Amino acid sequence: MSDLAIKVEGISKRYRIGMMFERPDTLRDVIVSGFKRSGQRLKGQAKDEATHIWALRDVSFEVQKGQVLGIVGRNGAGKSTLLKILSRVTDPSEGYGEINGRVGSLLEVGTGFHPELTGRENIYLNGAILGMHRSEIRRKFDEIVEFSEVEKFIDTPVKRYSSGMYLRLAFAVAAHLEPEILVVDEVLAVGDADFQRKCLGKMGDVAQQGRTVLFVSHNMSAILRLTQETIVLDKGRILMCGETPSAVDYYLNMGLAKQGERLWEDSEIPPSAAPFQPIALRILDPQGHVVDTVRSTDGFSVEVEYDLNEMITGLRVGLYVFTTQGETVFTTFDLDKTEMFEDHRSRPAGHYFSRCRIPANFMNEGRFIVGVNASSYRIKRYFQDEQALTFTVDGTGAPGMHWPEPRQGAVRPDLDWQISREDTSNGL
Amino acid sequence: MQGQNSYPKVILKPSKGWLGINLPEIWRYRELIYFLTWRDIKVRYKQAVLGIAWAVLQPVLTMAITSVVFGYLLKVSSGDVPYPVFVMAALLPWHLFSTSLQKSSQSLVGNAHLLTKIYFPRLIIPVSSVLAVMLDFAISFLVLIATMMIYKTYPTWNIFWLIPLTFLAVLAALAVGLWLSALNVQYRDVQHMVPFIIQIWMYASPVVYSIDIIPAGIFRTLYGLNPMVGVVQGFRWALFGGSAPDLTLLISTLVVLILFISGLYYFRRMEKTFADIV
Repeated sequence: MSDLAIKVEGISKRYRIGMMFERPDTLRDVIVSGFKRSGQRLKGQAKDEATHIWALRDVSFEVQKGQVLGIVGRNGAGKSTLLKILSRVTDPSEGYGEINGRVGSLLEVGTGFHPELTGRENIYLNGAILGMHRSEIRRKFDEIVEFSEVEKFIDTPVKRYSSGMYLRLAFAVAAHLEPEILVVDEVLAVGDADFQRKCLGKMGDVAQQGRTVLFVSHNMSAILRLTQETIVLDKGRILMCGETPSAVDYYLNMGLAKQGERLWEDSEIPPSAAPFQPIALRILDPQGHVVDTVRSTDGFSVEVEYDLNEMITGLRVGLYVFTTQGETVFTTFDLDKTEMFEDHRSRPAGHYFSRCRIPANFMNEGRFIVGVNASSYRIKRYFQDEQALTFTVDGTGAPGMHWPEPRQGAVRPDLDWQISREDTSNGL
Repeated sequence: MQGQNSYPKVILKPSKGWLGINLPEIWRYRELIYFLTWRDIKVRYKQAVLGIAWAVLQPVLTMAITSVVFGYLLKVSSGDVPYPVFVMAALLPWHLFSTSLQKSSQSLVGNAHLLTKIYFPRLIIPVSSVLAVMLDFAISFLVLIATMMIYKTYPTWNIFWLIPLTFLAVLAALAVGLWLSALNVQYRDVQHMVPFIIQIWMYASPVVYSIDIIPAGIFRTLYGLNPMVGVVQGFRWALFGGSAPDLTLLISTLVVLILFISGLYYFRRMEKTFADIV
């Protein structure tokens, strides 16, 4: 009996273009494309490269039992495809793999919840779908309810739940699954901060119980905290597999992101982004040049360039700035100011730039990560890339630089101080 | 934890061609069959004022309408048996078949969110959608017995033949359902075709009329190529006698078996692509 939980060799997955993104064919399309294909065959065209893309290409790795493995990569790097293959939802097109133990996936919490059923009924249903036995669910039922904090509404149909309650219940069921191998994909992107903390705590517990965990996240601080080894995926291939701190460092400094400009390729834009089409993210110095390094004392701009193929109402484009440890420095949206919000209630189709000026004497020196988000509040998230670009802030001339010690904190504001001397030795 | 040590090693590799049926695996997932069936039953009559009473009302109303149109207005012959009882005996397996067919053909697409997220033997979905229809069948069966009492028509020991006949009807629905559900994943045209298929199929089966209007002999035997002919005729015979099932039923059974086995294999062949194209 080997101690490997997962072993994959040369796994590849090929999708037909269109298969992944478009509505399934109707009979008419098949007939039409049948004609087309026979036409192509007559002309002797190779159909493969033009009509297929490799979502994963020749991926090999091993995971020891009890290991917590991180997987990072940009949108479209193949992370979800890899997890789908490992959880057997889809077959690889090539390659071979072995899995020892039951795989529980948190690919999407709440899968199989039925809105008409009550919380209690959904716990049983969802548990069964995730592969739990009835006796197992019954045993853990109270624990699940307690974790979810929805005791009072346990006999209410979940369609009456708030989205927060729904999510908590869904995660609670999934978290009490006890598979030997747990696959977690971005569950932490949802829910409020408190709940996220709770989820992270639960994941830490799972890891400590000696179970194998595959953890996919854009949250570098969570990856750093929970995993020992991390795989960096890009365009379907493994770029690096190694100890987490160096893998995270490698990922954050990956080629593309270093130029002060990030251009999105079509394969990185999920179909759900339409009609929002991101083009580029740039760091601009005060003269408008694209730069990788900005001076703390100068201020700079961050520019998002995008196309709207249709009018969107309520669209807001935002930036996240993170430290390389994954802590958020700030979040800002282009409609934050009331008058901007009033003036841009809807944006007609067209070519846009949303530009944000970051003031001088604000950022501390160091390396930062910029993420982008385009969404309509509470309606739809069109696009999100939490690691779009990194840039460096140079602290030369910043307040306090006459002491060459590193300053803690992500910001280094130029603040006013007053010093007053009050003589308390006389009088009173 | 249960099953922890018994969980076999899973091999990931490209699957090619025709696959066998993995019965041990389906057995391991038996609780999921139970829960999906239970879900379908629970959800069907939720937020309906009359709730499960619909399972009684539907066969009674259909019987009433059919009796008025075909029995009273068109004077379709029903032999010695009162027309309402005669038609209900056929509507029972027919509804079981048509509802199962309808539900199972939609089942994969209706559960797309499960197919794309979680692994389990895909056969479970059409199977549980058919099982969920059995409850309604059981209720309408009680309604039929009550109706027979009202019309003073009493069943004989032959009634036990209904068990294999019901099984045949379910198998027929599942057989066609396997084909249609797998096709529907790729071609949504199927969901538009199913209502027509069901309507035409009903008139092609001796539901509102008696099989006796088809001349006995080679024609009636060939009529058995429609599997519901054997089932419906068998139901009438088991409940009140009359033309006994003969070669027709045998042919119907063979057709069901051929459809079922080919459907299973087609389903298994297409199964691996469901998550990618649904």
